[in-house]
Amino acid sequence: MTVPRDKSAAAAETLGGAPRRRRGRAAGRGAPLPLLVPALIGLAFLAVPLVALLVRAPWRSMPELLTSAEVWQALRLSLVCATLATAVCLVIGVPLAWLLARVEFPGRGFVRALVTLPLVLPPVVGGVALLMALGRNGIVGRSLDSWFGITLPFTTAGVVVAEAFVAMPFLVISVEGTLRAADPRYEEAAATLGASRFTAFRRVTLPLIAPGIAAGAVLAWARALGEFGATITFAGNFPGRTQTMPLAVYLALQSDPEAAIALSLVLLAVSVAVLAGLRDRWMATA
Amino acid sequence: MTDTHGTAHALRAISNEEGLDARLLVDRGTFRLDVSLRVAPGEVVALLGPNGAGKTTALRALAGLAPLDGGRLLLDGTALEDTPPESRPVGVVFQDYLLFPHLTALDNVAFGPRCQGASKAEARTRAAEWLDRLGLAEHAGSRPRRLSGGQAQRVALARALATRPRLLLLDEPLAALDARTRLEVRSQLRRHLAEFEAVAVLVTHDPLDAMVLADRLVVVEDGRVVQEGTPSDIARHPRTDYIARLVGLNLYRGEADGHTVRLGAGPGVTITETLTGPVFVAFPPSAVTLHRDRPHGSSARNLWHGEVAGLETHGDQIRADIGGELPLAADLTTVAAAELGLHPGAEVWATVKAAQTHAYPV
Amino acid sequence: MTTRTAHRTRRTLRVAGAGAAALLALSACSSPDDSSSGTSDGSASASSQEKLSGTVTVFAAASLKEGFETLGKNFEKEHPGTKVTFSFGGSDSLAASITGGAPADVFASASPKTMKIVTDAGDASGTPATFVRNELEIATLPGNPDKVASLKDLTNPDLKVVLCDKEVPCGAAAQKALDAAGLKLTPVSYEQDVKGALTKVELKEADAAVVYKTDVHAAGDKVEGVRFPESADAINDYPIVRLEDAKNAEAAEAFIALVRSAEGRQVLTGAGFLEP
Repeated sequence: MTVPRDKSAAAAETLGGAPRRRRGRAAGRGAPLPLLVPALIGLAFLAVPLVALLVRAPWRSMPELLTSAEVWQALRLSLVCATLATAVCLVIGVPLAWLLARVEFPGRGFVRALVTLPLVLPPVVGGVALLMALGRNGIVGRSLDSWFGITLPFTTAGVVVAEAFVAMPFLVISVEGTLRAADPRYEEAAATLGASRFTAFRRVTLPLIAPGIAAGAVLAWARALGEFGATITFAGNFPGRTQTMPLAVYLALQSDPEAAIALSLVLLAVSVAVLAGLRDRWMATA
Repeated sequence: MTDTHGTAHALRAISNEEGLDARLLVDRGTFRLDVSLRVAPGEVVALLGPNGAGKTTALRALAGLAPLDGGRLLLDGTALEDTPPESRPVGVVFQDYLLFPHLTALDNVAFGPRCQGASKAEARTRAAEWLDRLGLAEHAGSRPRRLSGGQAQRVALARALATRPRLLLLDEPLAALDARTRLEVRSQLRRHLAEFEAVAVLVTHDPLDAMVLADRLVVVEDGRVVQEGTPSDIARHPRTDYIARLVGLNLYRGEADGHTVRLGAGPGVTITETLTGPVFVAFPPSAVTLHRDRPHGSSARNLWHGEVAGLETHGDQIRADIGGELPLAADLTTVAAAELGLHPGAEVWATVKAAQTHAYPV
Repeated sequence: MTTRTAHRTRRTLRVAGAGAAALLALSACSSPDDSSSGTSDGSASASSQEKLSGTVTVFAAASLKEGFETLGKNFEKEHPGTKVTFSFGGSDSLAASITGGAPADVFASASPKTMKIVTDAGDASGTPATFVRNELEIATLPGNPDKVASLKDLTNPDLKVVLCDKEVPCGAAAQKALDAAGLKLTPVSYEQDVKGALTKVELKEADAAVVYKTDVHAAGDKVEGVRFPESADAINDYPIVRLEDAKNAEAAEAFIALVRSAEGRQVLTGAGFLEP
């Protein structure tokens, strides 16, 4: 009794699935012109500057630049700091996103606006604000200095702080959006199975929103990697300690624009490689 | 399973009365729920009612997912009103199951035991036993989206049972299934519920589900219990229009005097019982015979004039909704309907034999 | 105590002496140039004074902001019907804009090096003339709590010192001064520009920065300037030129003449610049 029934149900499913797929393909075929034309313009708008960068790149001096210790130093620092900044964003940003999405509290709209503030704040101003908060003479930094002897400006940790500050909104917004879209009843189901709210978050919600977290983390990482204004303002510029690639690019631009283009291309190539690699990995698991 | 009894005995505190003893009060401003439930261990009770009656609210209150505004909730003598959902010995099968999509069937079922402190291996062993018991052993490694509706429903049941609950709640357990699967899953579920030794409460708007699955029905309308009893009792003695419609009966309330029931200012109904005072009188739609002209020489004692308000096909049967001096539903074959030339607005005469009516005191 | 005071006095004298000598040398070498251009400019502006009108667009190094804005107002007063609009910024980016075709009449740069970018591209009309010079100073916290008195004091490892990056003019000048003094200084940061360096001191994140005297001047009492003799080795010339594509050439020449006049010099030295 059971077996034939299940089989027929499965057959019905596959029958139902086939036309759905066909419909999907049909929709992809006929992209309407009013969408297609702006889409292509948009693509060109993003791609042409990159192509220009490639065309004008000083390919001949490239090998020399790529073997320069300073470039590697800046690149390594950039990757390390962007990754650490992303980790910081994950550790404090995901719980913040959860709070915003799941807990009703007065002033939630205000808090949400506050979270997005670094998006609109010019990064240099963000850097100054960080100095005022966490600098040697800042309202929090003063205590950090006198109690623990920690000063953040001009240190690699300062770079991480500056990058995390600027990158955090990308993560929080992305994760909060995913959380809002996720069915909160899964958390209820977990509760009826004996899971505390934290266990439910860790074992159910977190895996459910993993794609959103990954997307947010990648955005945050990319933003941190390209960060310039807040970093140079808060952490300064010292080779090997706080000079990340964007800083090196900016300063190279002052005297040697060709070198600046070459450095930008290195940064670009590395980030594209990392992002493409990550994307393939999600595609495989998703 | 022996462990379950051990835990339950340890929890017992307030009284030694086994089973569920609850009065659920929830006040939502415009909506007020006040439902009392007493369910013995091993008994299956269905909360039956139309949409918006408050069944799901009652279920959520039992699970601890919605707060109670008053009343009491005793399970095997232990007060649970202030116990958070994760600490209640309650298992829930949700309407759309809510199986965790990122976990396999096995890990879904092992989730509860894990949360209750079992080691990973122990939890999985227990989960595998449950899947096996529900005939899902070969689907242990499947993720929920690879399961059919019926399989998913059984995994959800296994997941709820694996926590060894003293109260099992099922929210519209069959609503997500298509008609064909439903029939089969319903009988399986009935078997599993029959084996369950603690309290089971299910919520449904489907009378058939309720009658097949439950030992006792509690009918809820507008947040209150309007009737409770065994399925056959309720089917025979419906006390509200809603129930009567559910069980497929024409139901009227009136004043009996001997063999006649007077329905307010309307017509009378002749019955076979001898009754006095307020009564319900009911007859099934199949007891109604329809005529286009006033019948002469019919042996039927009850004759009412009306017109067709609507027609609905049920398989090879047609249900006619008749308006007029006595609104009623009548079932007739498609052939008969065609011969009579029934159409909405058509004038008809309805007859019912007294022997086919059933009257009982209010 | 006494020795210290004596020491300092001696140094101050020496600095002043060096400054005076430099001034003398400068005025000596610049005066013929000044007079020659002055006559030509003077005749040009005198003959066309009536007709001056329209807008003069001046691209100028950021450090000139204060002085040039004053001069711009004076110019508009002297020549009713004219309007002077400024674009202040880093000399490098201004030079890049000009060679990239930005519409400007006058370019005033903070270094001959950046000016050369414009002249090499053939965008300048005539030879650029140095109109002011800027020297370096040490910017310290208000009240100079660390008692910084010389370039050498900055090598104290307990001090957080910021320099401009070697790629930007103030950094190159600072390096020149350090080399001249035979000092090796490891700062906590090489800043992107002079404002960045100054901000770090203003916010008390750094104890000292080597910046231009005009920047110390512009920062008011948020920092305290300390002069040092080695700055003489790293004085920065500010050249000014009319651009080839100037839409309002006559007014542009007149503005340049004003900048280089006695009045212009007075305004600019008031902002901390040295005379050429």
